[in-house]
Amino acid sequence: MHQDDLKTLTIENARNLLDSREITSLELTESYIKRIENTETDINAFVTISKESAINDAKNADILIDSGEQNLLTGIPLQLKDNLCTRGIRTTCSSKMLENFIPPYDAFVTEALKNQGAVILGKGNLDEFAMGSSTENSAFQTTKNPFDITRVPGGSSGGPAASVSASQCLFSLGSDTGGSIRQPASLCGVVGLKPTYGRVSRFGLIAFASSLDQIGPITHTVKDSAMVLQNIAGFDSKDSTSLNVPVPNYLETIDKGIKGFKIGVPKEYFQEGINPEVEKIIRDSLKVLENLGAEITEISLPLTSYALAVYYIIAPSEASANLTRYDGVKYGFNYIESENMWDGIEKTRQFGFGDEVKRRILLGTYALSSGYYDAFYLKAQKVRTLIRKEFEDAFCDFDVLAMPTSPSTAFKLNEKMDDPMQMYLNDIFTIPANIAGIPSISIPAGMNNNLPVGLQMMSGALQEEKLFQAAYAFEQATEWHKIKPKL
Amino acid sequence: MNNKYETVIGLEVHSQLLTNSKMFCGCGSDYQKAEPNSRVCPVCMGMPGVLPVVNRKAVELIIKTGLAIGCSINGETKFDRKNYSYPDLMKGYQISQFDLPVAINGNLNISLNGNEKTIGVTRVHLEEDVARLIHKNEPNGTSHSLIDINRAGVPLMEIVSEPDMRSPEEANEYLIQLHSIVRSIKASTANMEEGSFRCDANISMRLKGTTELGTKVEIKNVNSFRSVFRALQFEQNRQINLLEIGEQIIQETRGWSDESEKTVSQRIKEFAADYRYFPEPDLPPIIISKQWVDQIKSTITELPAEKIQRFIKSFQLSEYDSSLLISNDIIATFFEDTVNECKNLGLNYESSAKTCANLLNVDLSRILNEKQLQISDLNTDYGDFSILIKMISEDTLNSTMAKTVFENMLLLGKSPIEIADNLGLTQISDTDSLEQIISEILSQNSPAVQDYLEGKETAIRFLIGQVMKETKGKANPKIATEIIISQIKKS
Repeated sequence: MHQDDLKTLTIENARNLLDSREITSLELTESYIKRIENTETDINAFVTISKESAINDAKNADILIDSGEQNLLTGIPLQLKDNLCTRGIRTTCSSKMLENFIPPYDAFVTEALKNQGAVILGKGNLDEFAMGSSTENSAFQTTKNPFDITRVPGGSSGGPAASVSASQCLFSLGSDTGGSIRQPASLCGVVGLKPTYGRVSRFGLIAFASSLDQIGPITHTVKDSAMVLQNIAGFDSKDSTSLNVPVPNYLETIDKGIKGFKIGVPKEYFQEGINPEVEKIIRDSLKVLENLGAEITEISLPLTSYALAVYYIIAPSEASANLTRYDGVKYGFNYIESENMWDGIEKTRQFGFGDEVKRRILLGTYALSSGYYDAFYLKAQKVRTLIRKEFEDAFCDFDVLAMPTSPSTAFKLNEKMDDPMQMYLNDIFTIPANIAGIPSISIPAGMNNNLPVGLQMMSGALQEEKLFQAAYAFEQATEWHKIKPKL
Repeated sequence: MNNKYETVIGLEVHSQLLTNSKMFCGCGSDYQKAEPNSRVCPVCMGMPGVLPVVNRKAVELIIKTGLAIGCSINGETKFDRKNYSYPDLMKGYQISQFDLPVAINGNLNISLNGNEKTIGVTRVHLEEDVARLIHKNEPNGTSHSLIDINRAGVPLMEIVSEPDMRSPEEANEYLIQLHSIVRSIKASTANMEEGSFRCDANISMRLKGTTELGTKVEIKNVNSFRSVFRALQFEQNRQINLLEIGEQIIQETRGWSDESEKTVSQRIKEFAADYRYFPEPDLPPIIISKQWVDQIKSTITELPAEKIQRFIKSFQLSEYDSSLLISNDIIATFFEDTVNECKNLGLNYESSAKTCANLLNVDLSRILNEKQLQISDLNTDYGDFSILIKMISEDTLNSTMAKTVFENMLLLGKSPIEIADNLGLTQISDTDSLEQIISEILSQNSPAVQDYLEGKETAIRFLIGQVMKETKGKANPKIATEIIISQIKKS
């Protein structure tokens, strides 16, 4: 397949090409590997490229397709964020701590994709342990924004978003703890979905903040997003927080339109530090939705302003416990030249973790300490309950809420590295959905100075169908998702 | 003991639950005899990205334990992370329970020198065991540690008492009671030597009449009932001696050394350990319905204290004999089956119970010890055993013979009649042959006969001894005595 043809390829039409045998999965996979080789020096989206196993996967997929046993994702080349465990392929979390860690098990989603006969091209770069909003916290490499390689792709799923944006793969799976799928999707001009907490099993997702983490697809189109979610969602007995609720057929309802849809626009998402150009693009997008028959109403969600603070207590608290296991004793990086056991553990963590990870471990340890627990962690949990309630109430009146994904477009590399607070503010519009556990999607909605702007929508828990419906209607009415980087 | 002071003791018992698999994964919990690191998986090894799933059986066993010691069962329970860093803790936190344990507010009755007393149980909660560290010192002076992860994740319950015990004796009694309860409801093997039943003791002293608690010392992981008792006795005296010379007790953890019979300071707690507990986000709270509790309640049959009372009543046994018998389920059942069978054979109920209890409590444990055997190694059934009791009660066997036959039954699995025949062990109760033997003995021992006639009752014992010598111990002593007396009187 010609390299330029990959730029317009989606899962949907690749499926047709594969099923009609106009192309084999092997040809498709080899084209993507070539595309990766051609673009990777600029983008740095992959931590690991698993060329050999991908070719093997593709050959097996072709056998399935030849015998008519294919599913939606059979033979489709994809990438996985490098915090999703892959048996036999190293899974690093972009941390020195796990630089050579090869899991002896697959994540639930990895297994689901393998069972479908999908083709794993490799592992996508991220901020170390998914902590960051620019992918600059990776211990190995800095991923660049395909629209402008002097800029960040966002994060923490910067590798996955940049990789899909640069057409290095048909889709990628990311993880979203406070916006880590949606914010980079917005900055790279692709579709990013964070499903309802519990909709996709977290088994094998290397934990950052267990009560907030959720896996979701990064794709070229909304329909592709639905196709991927369809195949990774569902109950998993190995994840006690996964929801035992049937998965609806998203493709059946996706094109039903949004006539009569009630869309709420919370005014709090248009205040703090939003770039006026971004605001204008989002306001224009709302008009598009209105023209499609939706009823747009401005509302107020006053507790929104507390979400960031709540997040920066709960997420580091959980992280501080989740990351204690990395002590060099059992697996991963181990500082060998230590004097004794405690010295070894200390130095392993001192040299194995980067600054942002250490910062969050310290924050979390502090917030959980006796004497501070009530004032920080417990209070944050109470506010979390209130925020969740505020959203529940809003979804009694509205089908979806619409707002910007990120206050700005992609910023320059190194621009915010010295100021953690500025970096944290990137996620101010995405964090509330994680706090409330509700689904949320970011879709391309405009360009500002040749940089993509994302429109974010949220719906009630387990109402992904409504998100797909609204996002698909918008996508059909606009051309923004067709704008690709010039690479 | 100086009676100015009152001793205050509270106990924390950790007991491994008797489940097939571990607390949060499918690995077998049969780690005791397994090759090191053979009962492990990514979950119990704390590898990245894995998640715990609660073992329902473990929750049931802890509910059962709670019910057996009179606790209320919380309708909703949850898990929390207890954070600390140590190489035996795979995840860097232990999944435990903080503010919503499965069971709370129980009590346990103990009896000491005939006095009854109730000890409060604060809580029973569920957690996971940690890996085993083996420290090796090499002859060249270097040292290293090995980790066996088999034990990591084995379900563990912690039973915390109120500080209600006032002496090492009471603490010992509480432990014995608790131990026998968790064994009898099959919640745990509670084998102290294997570490499946472990005890930490808190002890402090205060002046009699005061209510404020003194500074406490924690004695960690003592591995036998005797050691707990001795450690508490030692600690009680140590603290009184310090107080008497005006010194302060330091709040600390002390370890008991079986060799030196002393507690030794391990760690001084200058400030309370901060475990930074917070709710386990990987496990939703568990709802414990009333139906579930009722269903578990219905599986609790007879608790040890009740069983002891029944044995005392229906078999007319002493409390001591009864509690020894019921301390092992297999023996208790064997005992009951035998005594019932004896009744079917037309024997006296109470006296066969007494004979049976003696053989089981005294001789059986001696044989097990001597031969280094387990109860499960022995092969005899209650039918054969009741025939043995019958032979004893009919004087076919004297007590020495009975012991020999019993031992052979246990080891060979043959019937007592066959064994007695093979070994030539049957009492001579036949009066004709005894009359003849005794008449000869009396004629050979006229001084003893003379002594008896002069009123020296003890002379009769000497004569019986001679009869026994002659018959190689087979004479029925009762019949022989009668014959001796009647022959002397006739002469």
